[in-house]
Amino acid sequence: MHAVFNFVRGPMAGIAFAVFIIGCLYQMASMWRLARKKDAVVFHYFSLFYALRSIIHWMVPFAALNMRRHPVMTGVTFVFHLCLFAVPFFLSSHAILFKESWDVSWAWLPDGIADIMTLAVMGACLFFLGRRIFLREVRYLTTVSDVLILFCVALPFFSGFWAGQQWPGFPVMTLVHMISGEILLMLIPFTRLRHMLFFPVIRGYMGSEFGAVRRARDW
Amino acid sequence: MTHRPEQPYEIISDIGVEKGAEKLTPERIREVIRRYLEEEGGARLRVYADTCVHCGLCSDACHFFLSNDREPRFSPAGKVKQALLPILRKKGDVSADFIKRATEIAFTECNLCRRCVMYCPFGIDVAYLMLFVRRLSHKLGVVPQYIQDTAHSHAATMNQMWVREDEWIDTLHWQEEEAREEIPNLRIPLEKEGAEIFYSVIGPEPKFRAQLIYQAAVIMNVAGQDWTMPATPGWDNSDMCMYTGDEEMVARLKKKHFETAMRLKTKRIVMGECGHAFRSVHDVGNRFLGWKMAPVPVTHAIEFYSELFQSRKLRVKRKYDIPVTLHDPCNVVRGGGLHELARYVIHETCSRFVEMHPNREHNYCCGAGGGVINCGPPYTHKRVVGSRVKAEQLAEAAAKGARVVIAPCHNCHGGLEDIIKHYGLDLEVKFLGDIVYASIDKEG
Amino acid sequence: MATSGDMSHWDWNIGKKVIADLHQWRKSFEWLEEPYVSPDGETIAAVVRTKDGMFSVCVNGDLWETRSDKIWSLRFSPDNRPAAFVSNQGLWTIAVGGRPWLNTYEFVWDLHFGEGGGPVIVAAVNKGRYVAVSDGVPWSQGYSFMTGLVVSDDGGHSAAVVQSAAFNPGDIFAFQKGCYTVAVDGRPWDRSFVNVWEMSFNPDGTRLAAEVRTTLYDYTIAVDGRPWDRSFSSVWQPKFNPADGSVTAPVKVKGGWTLARDGEVFWDQRFCQLLHHYHSPDGSAVAAIVAPEFARWSVAVNGLLWPKTFNHLITDLTFSPDGKHVACAARKDGRWTIAVDGLCWDLAFDMAWTPVFSPDSCHVAAKVEKAGRFFILVDGRPLKLEFAGAWNPVFSPDGCKLMIRGIGGSEKELSYCRYVFDMSGLPV
Repeated sequence: MHAVFNFVRGPMAGIAFAVFIIGCLYQMASMWRLARKKDAVVFHYFSLFYALRSIIHWMVPFAALNMRRHPVMTGVTFVFHLCLFAVPFFLSSHAILFKESWDVSWAWLPDGIADIMTLAVMGACLFFLGRRIFLREVRYLTTVSDVLILFCVALPFFSGFWAGQQWPGFPVMTLVHMISGEILLMLIPFTRLRHMLFFPVIRGYMGSEFGAVRRARDW
Repeated sequence: MTHRPEQPYEIISDIGVEKGAEKLTPERIREVIRRYLEEEGGARLRVYADTCVHCGLCSDACHFFLSNDREPRFSPAGKVKQALLPILRKKGDVSADFIKRATEIAFTECNLCRRCVMYCPFGIDVAYLMLFVRRLSHKLGVVPQYIQDTAHSHAATMNQMWVREDEWIDTLHWQEEEAREEIPNLRIPLEKEGAEIFYSVIGPEPKFRAQLIYQAAVIMNVAGQDWTMPATPGWDNSDMCMYTGDEEMVARLKKKHFETAMRLKTKRIVMGECGHAFRSVHDVGNRFLGWKMAPVPVTHAIEFYSELFQSRKLRVKRKYDIPVTLHDPCNVVRGGGLHELARYVIHETCSRFVEMHPNREHNYCCGAGGGVINCGPPYTHKRVVGSRVKAEQLAEAAAKGARVVIAPCHNCHGGLEDIIKHYGLDLEVKFLGDIVYASIDKEG
Repeated sequence: MATSGDMSHWDWNIGKKVIADLHQWRKSFEWLEEPYVSPDGETIAAVVRTKDGMFSVCVNGDLWETRSDKIWSLRFSPDNRPAAFVSNQGLWTIAVGGRPWLNTYEFVWDLHFGEGGGPVIVAAVNKGRYVAVSDGVPWSQGYSFMTGLVVSDDGGHSAAVVQSAAFNPGDIFAFQKGCYTVAVDGRPWDRSFVNVWEMSFNPDGTRLAAEVRTTLYDYTIAVDGRPWDRSFSSVWQPKFNPADGSVTAPVKVKGGWTLARDGEVFWDQRFCQLLHHYHSPDGSAVAAIVAPEFARWSVAVNGLLWPKTFNHLITDLTFSPDGKHVACAARKDGRWTIAVDGLCWDLAFDMAWTPVFSPDSCHVAAKVEKAGRFFILVDGRPLKLEFAGAWNPVFSPDGCKLMIRGIGGSEKELSYCRYVFDMSGLPV
């Protein structure tokens, strides 16, 4: 158990970060190469101003009309993504690990706040699952992998929360938390989770086309 | 967790699709699809298809989805799921029946209006994906008959309506003669090299709506414009090949059009009120030829009218006093940002304007665009049913008093007229040019 | 009035000739269309409406005797004869030098001239049958559809795309079997194609090459009715090499556009686009308007790119008579200029016309326009002349003199003048 724990905390964490970083770089580079080869025109229409105009409109809650049409979804989505990024980086126990492993540190969140944010992520995952089950148009689009991804996202938060509360079986849960977190990290470049990488790319390109060529808004 | 559509779809018989599919074998389907995925399936295809998180937020953008009681298979992502994803997943190992169904979806259930781009959080361009499916359908020879026939007309005559060289010139002479009854010194200058403006129209104008050429000639003459029209093929700015996926023909048509304007050494192309043709010259055809923007600057009629009013070259004699509303055509509004200029022209020429909701970039498509109306009568019923929200939007404007709906686009005219007829609305469709013509001081 | 197409017989005496006072024309006619000028510069003509409401052509101040209900497409033949389509009581013909042909048609259009004193060729239709008519003589065979009339350099041969098989409206499958071919001097090729587009005659007019599509997807070049063995995903207009008679055409292959010769890829280079190509008069060189990459335009001579590129447009490519120089009109950042052998003239205009080489290939002249005023450039320098209208400059056959044709003066005094300058005494 201890050996497994050490492996997961040490080498596997390194591997996970490496896979995540290299995988993301690979995805971006291969897409860049493919675009250069077969979609070279897109570079000619890229406009930083209009790209940012679009990205900003879609990064600010309720700035786009469709966000206002779905206020609950918009609220949940923003809270979810905010917490999804903030908790892993600013959780005190993670900060300690970063400090111990790589001697880097930054401000962290009070545990109580972090707990609420963790619950928010899990709640959001349940909300997304609910949409996939109860909304016809979302159910129609949903694939098994969509649900699995949701599960993969929720699991590190669920297990982390369990471990953090030191509920029964928390050592195992700690292990589950670490493994699932690392798997999630590794999954990002190779599943639909890479939408995180391509959001600014697509939005920026579309913003450029809409702004510079079509002289219209895209939000 | 895959679900069958909750409403079974009706199979629409179309000889272009049926007979085209009869010639397919699994090997040919695979070979053609793989070849074009390899040659043309680039980063956009991959990123769009892979990034969609199936959130369904695009659904509310689509008039087909909204009009068909939120039937999921009509949502933008739902159409991608049905028509494109299996092709990508199975690398072309799909059946002829699949190709038939994918063709019907891509050609007749999506107007390529790009409204969903504004509703997708990522900005995934579903129109691009549907056009990719159409490109494959074209390469497989499975295309609805009516629009394929139009593409053939483009190829044989360089115009959309099988108009012969002599018929074109004769129509211009005829309209010139008619217009001289009203303005004795009016001229439609043919082949005038070095004119400032090359005026171009779409095939249906000489064929069915020659009065629009008359009106344009009156506007040009009253405003004292230095203009010309060609007496050769290349006069037609329309482009149904853009919608059948025949990109080689798109390039050929646009080359002819732009080079005709260049041959006459004109400074810019002013085009009549067409949406898809604007998309073709402003955004699509030029790219296939290697030009970033149109090699000869293109001005859409909306912009041109507004220019003439702003510079006081046109003056209003009597404002049009029947209450009007405005339909914002996708290709010139989401595709060209001309919505405020259209309102400016209406403000100048009309006394009563009722705003439609939603409007500007968020307006609903007329249901005809993207070549859907050009797929012909077999699909008319589906098209008007898929435009119920448009009918409701029109009815709301009518309830506020509008009697005329201005649609500065030919396809929108066709689409809106069908909707008005089907839903029994009390509205008349007019071009902006009709209103400008009716309201200006022709003495000048 | 000069009537010879032989330039050596034109008046090359140095000086200015005032040919016509257009202001006077304006006063005489309530309707005066844009004027056209003869190649030798001695004649100016315009369509006018006379007091009886009929149309005529005013040539150097004199009206054609013929009056017509309608006149259009006034142009000068290379041997300086004004010609135009004229209509009376709904029937059309062409009047050359004021004399209408005896035959009339339901419609005539698409005016062509053979070089020198060659024939006048037009497209015509009667009772639904389309033909080309050369000096009043129609093709012996008519067609139900005809488009894209071309004529050989000397005007001795004409060809057009014609419909070879009937198909019902909407019968897309019959169309795809191939219903179009080329009629040369009225006789159809024995093979039909799905489509036929741009065509070119060889210099003596005995052979014809055309862009064709054999299926909806296979593009190639057909020469005298026989398609190349190889097809491409697209092609543009073919040309004959004047020296060896080979046929060349831009073709799209995997990797981009390139030039093909007699069915085989000829250039190693691949371009984003290759729009037009031209052979030098001696056939030793080929130049093409190309886009080496998206949105960059340049000229490739024998496959080698000019180092200079333009972001908008290149048109009007022309070879010098000795085949050693290439000039074109080019637009960059919205302004036009002239480029010769890859070097741009350091001047910008609103429009530029086809550059003209001197017969010794040593000089280049061009007509340009800025803010509605026309100028003539010679070797990159503007002449100190400004016109309200102008035509392309013409070099004398010995290359020592330059003729300039322009309308100058003020609104009140618009005169069309013909100038001849010695190349050593240009007003620069």
